[in-house]
Amino acid sequence: MSIAIALTVNGKPVSAEVSPDTLLVDFIRDNLNLTGTHVGCDTSQCGACTVHLDGNAIKSCTMLAVQADGSKVVTIEGIGDRDNLHPMQAAFRQCHGLQCGFCTPGMIMSAIDLVNHSDDLTNASIRKGLEGNICRCTGYQNIVKAVETAAKEMEA
Amino acid sequence: MSEQETTVGKRVLRKEDFRLITGEGSYTDDINLPNQTYAYFVRSPMARAGIKGIDLRKALQSEGVVDILTGQQLAEDGLGALPCGWMVLSADGSEMKQPAHPVLANDKVNYVGEPLAIVLAESKRQAKDAAELVEVDYEELPVLTNAREAAVSDIQLYDEIPGNRSFNWELGEKEATDKVFESADHIVSMDIYNNRLIPNAMEPRAAIGDYSRGNQDYTLYTTSQNPHVARLVLTAFVQIAPEHKLRVIAPDVGGGFGSKIYVYSEETACLWAASKIARPVKWTADRSESFLTDAHGRDHHTHGELALSADGTFEGLRIKTIANVGAYLSLFASAVPTYLYGTLLAGQYKTPNVYVEVDSIFTNTAPVDAYRGAGRPEATYILERLVEKAARSLSMDPSEIRRKNFIQPEDFPYQTPVALEYDIGNYEASLDRAMEMAAVSDFDARRADSQARGKLRGLGYSCYIEACGIAPSKMVGELGAGVGLWESGEVRVNATGSVTVLTGAHSHGQGHETTFAQIVADRFGIDIDDVEVVHGDTGRMDMGMGTYGSRSLAVGGSALDRASDKIIAKGLKIAAHLLGVSEEEIEFKAPEFKVKNSNAAKTFQEIAFAAYVPHDYPDDLEPGLAEKAFYDPQNFTYPAGCYICEVEIDPATGVTSIEKFTAVDDFGKIINPMIVEGQVHGGLVQGIGQAMLENCVYDENGQLLSGSYMDYCMPRADDFPNFDVDLTETACTHNPLGVKGCGEAGAIGSPPAVINAITDALGILDMDMPATPYKIWQIISAQEGQ
Repeated sequence: MSIAIALTVNGKPVSAEVSPDTLLVDFIRDNLNLTGTHVGCDTSQCGACTVHLDGNAIKSCTMLAVQADGSKVVTIEGIGDRDNLHPMQAAFRQCHGLQCGFCTPGMIMSAIDLVNHSDDLTNASIRKGLEGNICRCTGYQNIVKAVETAAKEMEA
Repeated sequence: MSEQETTVGKRVLRKEDFRLITGEGSYTDDINLPNQTYAYFVRSPMARAGIKGIDLRKALQSEGVVDILTGQQLAEDGLGALPCGWMVLSADGSEMKQPAHPVLANDKVNYVGEPLAIVLAESKRQAKDAAELVEVDYEELPVLTNAREAAVSDIQLYDEIPGNRSFNWELGEKEATDKVFESADHIVSMDIYNNRLIPNAMEPRAAIGDYSRGNQDYTLYTTSQNPHVARLVLTAFVQIAPEHKLRVIAPDVGGGFGSKIYVYSEETACLWAASKIARPVKWTADRSESFLTDAHGRDHHTHGELALSADGTFEGLRIKTIANVGAYLSLFASAVPTYLYGTLLAGQYKTPNVYVEVDSIFTNTAPVDAYRGAGRPEATYILERLVEKAARSLSMDPSEIRRKNFIQPEDFPYQTPVALEYDIGNYEASLDRAMEMAAVSDFDARRADSQARGKLRGLGYSCYIEACGIAPSKMVGELGAGVGLWESGEVRVNATGSVTVLTGAHSHGQGHETTFAQIVADRFGIDIDDVEVVHGDTGRMDMGMGTYGSRSLAVGGSALDRASDKIIAKGLKIAAHLLGVSEEEIEFKAPEFKVKNSNAAKTFQEIAFAAYVPHDYPDDLEPGLAEKAFYDPQNFTYPAGCYICEVEIDPATGVTSIEKFTAVDDFGKIINPMIVEGQVHGGLVQGIGQAMLENCVYDENGQLLSGSYMDYCMPRADDFPNFDVDLTETACTHNPLGVKGCGEAGAIGSPPAVINAITDALGILDMDMPATPYKIWQIISAQEGQ
């Protein structure tokens, strides 16, 4: 059995027939070939699969593709490219907020959401806000710095 | 010609970042080959059992199944076992013992998660569904998980291995050390458990095996820190293919920390299976599989003793360790608790007598191998805990007891009693700087302030040393290594003057595409954007040994420096010809080859062009400007430093907050301080994670209790403050770059600093990692009850 869904991904309309047990992250990676969204765990803990759904950060491994029917999804590929980086992408590079890069797309998507939905971010509140994303390389310090830097840019 | 600004020593932003921040990275699971099948492994649910039979009938009929291959077919194909690359001898001269490590278990399983069949199907879900239909008839056998218990158990896990002991290794002078202990004024001792860890690189392991029947060519895409080593193991040892017929590609790799050094069963089986069905075979681990089967780290039970004179001078160190190596010896397993551990026990100190004995014990747990630091964190932990305990027992200041025993700058080169010769260092410089940054002189006031608020405050030191840049091939050969540990580098100057750099080192977060480009760009005086670094593909770079043991810059970077020397040497000949003078009259001053004391010159680009368009060219010189170098180091490098941790504990909850963490490291010359700081931050979080959060736990049946992110406590952003990091510098004396390596220091130096701080706060001498709130609360409750 498959179910027809229609949604917007990175500003483009997408329609597909998907099996009802297809996870949104698998739909994004396998059907749409948007491989910037990663899978780092199987318990909704690591946040590598974070995307935006109707303007909010969600873990795309914890949602079925059919539940995204009619929604607007934005992935890491939809926020900026090399010639036109999102301020958060630029800040991650500027502040050395990434090493192996595997958690980075999810981290950036969470961080954008954090900035969009918070006032007066502090070092501590950024750390608290990124608690749902695990990074094994950076020790988080430069990620926090990147979010602080991007927040100023995004608010300006 | 204007001079290009140099980049070495500067905070150059990373070249590799653009693709990674835009989602355009290419990790193994992002790659799909036409007509690929999907693999899923049937794994043992039991920690130890005989396999009485495997019934594939139902599974083979499951939808989408292409084939199911077992250990029996693998054995019939004559594939070899997975090797351990380091032969360690026991104290009595006998060779270490090890069970054969089959790619797929055939007649017996020895840990939970051990693979015994590979299911191949048209989709991952179909492979998974079919795997559940494979019926295995197990005969359950008694299980051992704790090495200390396994060492004295009546249960023998392998017929050929009495006492479950792989080897009993020793280093140092036993008699002399024992004698010191007989007459010492003071002896401090402790029993510690260095907790077992699960590496948890964020990218799970993955592989795609591919085979072209027409050419008999094999390709393996995999999550490896060392694709060339993988090629060697798969060809020379497992013998799937001849070495010249296998290409191993390790594309973007999402972290390694040691766990992606080894060639595991799954990657091997994917390559073999691809040749059996003549279709690509793709496998990506679930995180649950990573927990079960990635090589684990640490797991040492150690009894340590330090002998001191009345004035606090270290006279002898005696260490007895039981190391858990898991069910099989993984690739580096035997080297980690021996040559990467015992040799570091002198630390930064002039302790004249050191003796260490290690029993390496098999258990029914996942294989244990190198994890960030690999042996050196274990050495640092026992030593720095003992030193701290000695200071407290003798009522000496912990910085003073260290200072009193430091090897002094004038003592280098310094031969330790445990085999290594340190080339250079200045330990007092890093201690002084760390104490200044940590504002140690005001600590008492801060402690009083905490006390006034009902909190407990503590300060802990750790002065670590490590051996990096592994390793001189001759030395490791004498120690039993099965391979050489050189590195290879190639510098290809293109006809237009841009440069392609190829390295056998592998970057999976370390930033080689930037630092290696900095080194080469500066040598030639060209823009860093005109240098491209290629790594991770045996089809593009033919030789290499890969990245581990903080070796890439010291060994791989030095190879590139040597290759650059050769480019310049050839350029001098070409320039001399073009400028009509003798070679002796030419000098290279980046970016020009110029006639000495003259303005006549040729640019680097002009020389490159002449080499490939040799219309006007020396008769006796080959065209082209591409040079390769192999670099074999003369010695290890010895990064060292001082870490100071300050904690505050809430006695009501046992929750510890790290108030301040200061790290001062001496990594020798620095190519890119931004990247170095990032490496330190990451290492610190892994080390502090071991000290406070992370713990791998098996139950008595060998079931992994800490098998998910809900059970294994990963360090998260809100567990830490910002760290204060700084550097001191003594340049390495024996490599051309003067560099030492920075990848592991944070994880090596930090655990004892944390525990020393927590025990200081609690007013106790001993406690084991991880120092969880519950454990601390129990200690405080017991104290209150007294």
